[in-house]
Amino acid sequence: MIAVLKNEICSYFTNMAAYVISAFLLFFAGIYTMVYNLNYAVANYEVVLSGMSFIFLVIVPILTMRVIAEERHQKTDQLLYSLPLSMGKIILGKYLAMLCIFLIPIAVICIYPIILSAFGNVSFPVAYTAILGFFLLGASLIAIGTFVSSVTESQAVAAGLCFVVMLLNYFLSSLSSFVSSSAISSVAALTICILLFSIVFYLLTKNSWVSAGIGAILEVITWIVYVADSSKLEGLFGTIMEELSLFEQFQVFVDGILDLTGVVYFLSVIVFFLFLSIQSMEKRRWSE
Amino acid sequence: MIEVNHLTKRYGNHTAVSDLSFSIEDGQIYGLLGPNGAGKSTTMNIMTGCLAATSGEVKINGFDIFEEPNEAKKQIGYLPEQPPLYLDRTPREYLRFVGQARGISGKKLTRQIENVMAVTQITDVADRLMKNLSKGYKQRVGIAQAILGDPQVIILDEPTVGLDPRQIMEIRELIRKLGENHTVILSSHILSEVQAVCQKVMIISKGKLVASDTPENLEKLFAGRLTIAVKAEIQEEEVPEILSSMASVTRWTVQSQGNGCCRMELEIEQGIRSEDVCRELFFAFAEAKKAILEMNTGKISLEDVFMELTNLERTEESDQKNLSGQYDAGEMDSEQDPEDTSELAFDSEQSENDSGQDEKKETEGNSEKEEGEVKE
Repeated sequence: MIAVLKNEICSYFTNMAAYVISAFLLFFAGIYTMVYNLNYAVANYEVVLSGMSFIFLVIVPILTMRVIAEERHQKTDQLLYSLPLSMGKIILGKYLAMLCIFLIPIAVICIYPIILSAFGNVSFPVAYTAILGFFLLGASLIAIGTFVSSVTESQAVAAGLCFVVMLLNYFLSSLSSFVSSSAISSVAALTICILLFSIVFYLLTKNSWVSAGIGAILEVITWIVYVADSSKLEGLFGTIMEELSLFEQFQVFVDGILDLTGVVYFLSVIVFFLFLSIQSMEKRRWSE
Repeated sequence: MIEVNHLTKRYGNHTAVSDLSFSIEDGQIYGLLGPNGAGKSTTMNIMTGCLAATSGEVKINGFDIFEEPNEAKKQIGYLPEQPPLYLDRTPREYLRFVGQARGISGKKLTRQIENVMAVTQITDVADRLMKNLSKGYKQRVGIAQAILGDPQVIILDEPTVGLDPRQIMEIRELIRKLGENHTVILSSHILSEVQAVCQKVMIISKGKLVASDTPENLEKLFAGRLTIAVKAEIQEEEVPEILSSMASVTRWTVQSQGNGCCRMELEIEQGIRSEDVCRELFFAFAEAKKAILEMNTGKISLEDVFMELTNLERTEESDQKNLSGQYDAGEMDSEQDPEDTSELAFDSEQSENDSGQDEKKETEGNSEKEEGEVKE
């Protein structure tokens, strides 16, 4: 794992990605700090991070696009498969390397509140909680990006797909306010989701019976809940959308709350998507 | 010691490897031979854990590649068909990564890296980016990666493909050297290569093992059979008349050349000396007043064994041959001429031919026609 980690970090520095990401992140952090803190003379550093969270839409695809897709493209994945390392260690090594790269600009950002404290009364706990939230948000988005990169062979496709996923996630909470809150519309929306899930499941496993079965079971459960107690489904879909939005979770940290649920939420997203990446690599061993 | 038992790999409806079983002894060089798409790479990928099998088992020194992958993989160095190189790194960095991933570290790693770079002669390019290296060097870095950490078993998938003849010679020499204290398995669709370096040959066709033996034994299997290629001024329909009267000829094929000449390929009965048949043929044709323009005797070579076993159609064109004369399948047909045979591989056979006993070439009259047929 350490070998993979070292190797990945080295290659991030040879192919510019590390510099681009750091420069980009620090450039925007600088602009936002200047505008919010210096220009409007606000002493809250967390608003800067909240304002610039869209930056992930750009840096996460840049950081994650090549991590596995390029490996496949260059056929170097064969080396990884033949090394005496488990796939979990390889993915973890790669993921930690990306986190290290991401930590460099974060470390620089950590200095900003200290600098600002020279000019006003900065609440350090709130500022650093927000920075922690910012880091966790980035870490979970990178995990999602890793998975996206593992499903395709082309860097460009991985970057595009990753951007779309990030964008969708970014707007998820705003979109949720447009969703009708009646119970029957929740059922309809859930039905569509179940259908999509079944299709994705089928594409991944090529097993039509199992995917149809899972879809049918989920659909039946939805209807049973609807018939039994339709009030439970009122506004459910909007809530689900809101809950799924990682950016919305980050807002809790911005408000200055070191939310343990939030931390657990981000960590489970990371574990879940790294697990999916490992499975995606293992699956390739079966159906290459 | 590697054991492969009842290995099967299916892609959807297509069966790439079907019920393949073999075992590999320590300290020898094995050649996995087969036409393109025979399942060589698939087999190797499964043996190295890069691919999962549909069924069957692979044991490397007693470790099952599916059950205890890490232990089994420690015994193996693998060079896939395309060397798996990180093109934006230098060979030294790359080897360092592979070494660390194999669990070597510190001074020992540095020493081993220097060692494999010396063996594969890449020390000169050790600090250049790999994307700037030539194909031959990339291949060598790939081999260096495979032998790093001194694994017991070295598996090379088509190690000489795409190299120039000189590099091929060097790589073969390297493989021979490695074979002295490692078990080496290499795959190839090039016969002469396998014949030149391997002590054991396994021929695979359509995912099945069709033969496994030493090159000499495989040749011996068919060695009793001799062929004679004859070119004569004769009409196609007149041929059976002459040949059917000869008891020693078991089978023949005739091909009309269009200009009043025919090429015939005769297979003669076992245990009969070729000179006797040649003499008989000569008089038979002379009696019928048909001039023999060319007559060559040939022994069935490993190539013919290969062709027969893998059931490929013979090709008549001699221009398929490439630079180093590697793949002259089909060459054993009539047009064969001893100088043309691969100098790399068929030394033994050639010297036999050169001794003159087997070789009989007759030209009678008709010099203009002969000139038209001068060999390339």
